[in-house]
Amino acid sequence: MVRLVNGIFNRLVIVIPFGWLLIFFLVPFVIVLRISMSQTAIAMPPYTPVFDIATGWEGLKDFLSQLSLDNFLYLTQDSLYLKAYISSVTIAFFSTLLTLLVGYPIAYAMAQAPRTIRPTLLMLVILPFWTSFLIRVYAWIAILKPEGFLNQILLYLGIIHEPLIILNTNTAVYIGIVYSYLPFMVLPLYSALEKLDGTLIEAAEDLGCTRFQAFWKVTFPLSLPGVVAGFLLVFIPATGEFVIPDLLGGSETLMIGKTLWAEFFSNRDWPVSSAVAIVLLLVLVIPIALFQNAQAKAQGE
Amino acid sequence: MNRWTSFNKFSITLGFGFLYLPILLLIVYSFNESKLVTVWGGFSTRWYASLLENQALKDAAWVTARVAFTSATIATVLGTLAALALTRYTKFRGRFLFSGMIFAPLVMPDVITGLSLLLFFVAVNLDRGIVTVILAHITFSMCYVAVVVQSRLLSFDRSIEEAAMDLGATPTRTFLQVTLPVIAPAVVSGWMLAFTLSLDDLVISSFASGPGATTLPMKIYSQVRLGVTPEINAVSTILVTIVTIGVITASIITKRREVQRQRDEQAAFAQG
Repeated sequence: MVRLVNGIFNRLVIVIPFGWLLIFFLVPFVIVLRISMSQTAIAMPPYTPVFDIATGWEGLKDFLSQLSLDNFLYLTQDSLYLKAYISSVTIAFFSTLLTLLVGYPIAYAMAQAPRTIRPTLLMLVILPFWTSFLIRVYAWIAILKPEGFLNQILLYLGIIHEPLIILNTNTAVYIGIVYSYLPFMVLPLYSALEKLDGTLIEAAEDLGCTRFQAFWKVTFPLSLPGVVAGFLLVFIPATGEFVIPDLLGGSETLMIGKTLWAEFFSNRDWPVSSAVAIVLLLVLVIPIALFQNAQAKAQGE
Repeated sequence: MNRWTSFNKFSITLGFGFLYLPILLLIVYSFNESKLVTVWGGFSTRWYASLLENQALKDAAWVTARVAFTSATIATVLGTLAALALTRYTKFRGRFLFSGMIFAPLVMPDVITGLSLLLFFVAVNLDRGIVTVILAHITFSMCYVAVVVQSRLLSFDRSIEEAAMDLGATPTRTFLQVTLPVIAPAVVSGWMLAFTLSLDDLVISSFASGPGATTLPMKIYSQVRLGVTPEINAVSTILVTIVTIGVITASIITKRREVQRQRDEQAAFAQG
């Protein structure tokens, strides 16, 4: 009896979370795929065809024959979508690169810091991650706007004579992404750099490497797993980002997260927004697979 | 060799300045007398007082508190189970899919998760409201809990579990009396992470929510779109303060427990 109870307990450990994710994560994706092949209709739900289980096998055949790829064709015909995809990936890529450039020296310095203050530094990096994303993006509006803090300082110092227009441009989006996602970059970099064996660098320097050469030939290659993890952790969500382009970007900012949001909430076109989501997923499927792989490897260690 | 060079100190100072200056400015200007957010007009707490009279904001805060508490609690249970499943059962059918479904939500753009959940709720005829927001929040935050707890389980010395079982404890009892106390700090920080993620979420809530279930971020967002106001600075300051106190308290508790545990272990070894 005890054995049976324990057997059931063991099963449930897997079945409960697995079942939950199947229902609330996988099934919804299947539904998105199915709606992306439907047509918009003025009804509730606002698309056709709707499958009714009561119509049986004939109904299912009829339902399937009405599904089409028209929405995907539509995405290729209107250049707005293509431009939005390309500009999302470009903005995400370059801002991720910037985040890496900003984050690497921080992570490197943290790994070199005296052991006693490292936990405090680590907590200081994690803390902004816990505070609201929305609030942190909002904080930048007051800094970047024409009469904001940045312009006030620059005008006071006499560096500029006219306020810079930064808010509602792509520059603001870059700043927003770098700022918001910095902890995601620093943490994996730090954990890779902290594990690094300091004697390797000493050996390289003893063998005649300059400090920079030792860094470039020893430290950096050994920190690559952290670089890859950080890059993916920033790049993937940044590509589909909505809040940052919406609050900091302007009319020139085309990003697919914003397009999807507008398509859904303003145009109420559920089939097209589903198609936009499916294509975005296809764009991200390779980086996501790489991320999964890196996670699985890290687990194996 | 000392590598804590002035270059490193410089990077740290600059980096942390960049991370914290915007939040500090936001906090300072929440105590600004002036209605203009970027012009200092003297110290005042008037915006905090006006918050107390803002019924819509208070309602949203109450919705958010209920959502965050409920979803974090359920997500912690599910996430801990998922972490156990991932670390303890290395072979079962669908494990690849399972681990994929744990890691994918960590990077999945919010708009996709939100849209897919909304379409799901419509398809199964579930009325959108506070319940659907809770279900949505459980789904993404349980994955974060799973990752946090899993990393603790991986460094867990399983021989003490085996010892308990050798001494006649059932697996269930072993879990409750041996495993759970050891992983408790990770479970607690998982709960806190789930709580703040829920507190924070705008995009997924906007999709999953219906009339009468406006969360605080949704309320803040709709006001931010109209412009920066000192009132939002005040509400943000309160949120930041709550989270900061929570995180620091949790890290102190974890550290104390860790020190205590090490002492206990040393004592046990000394006796043995």
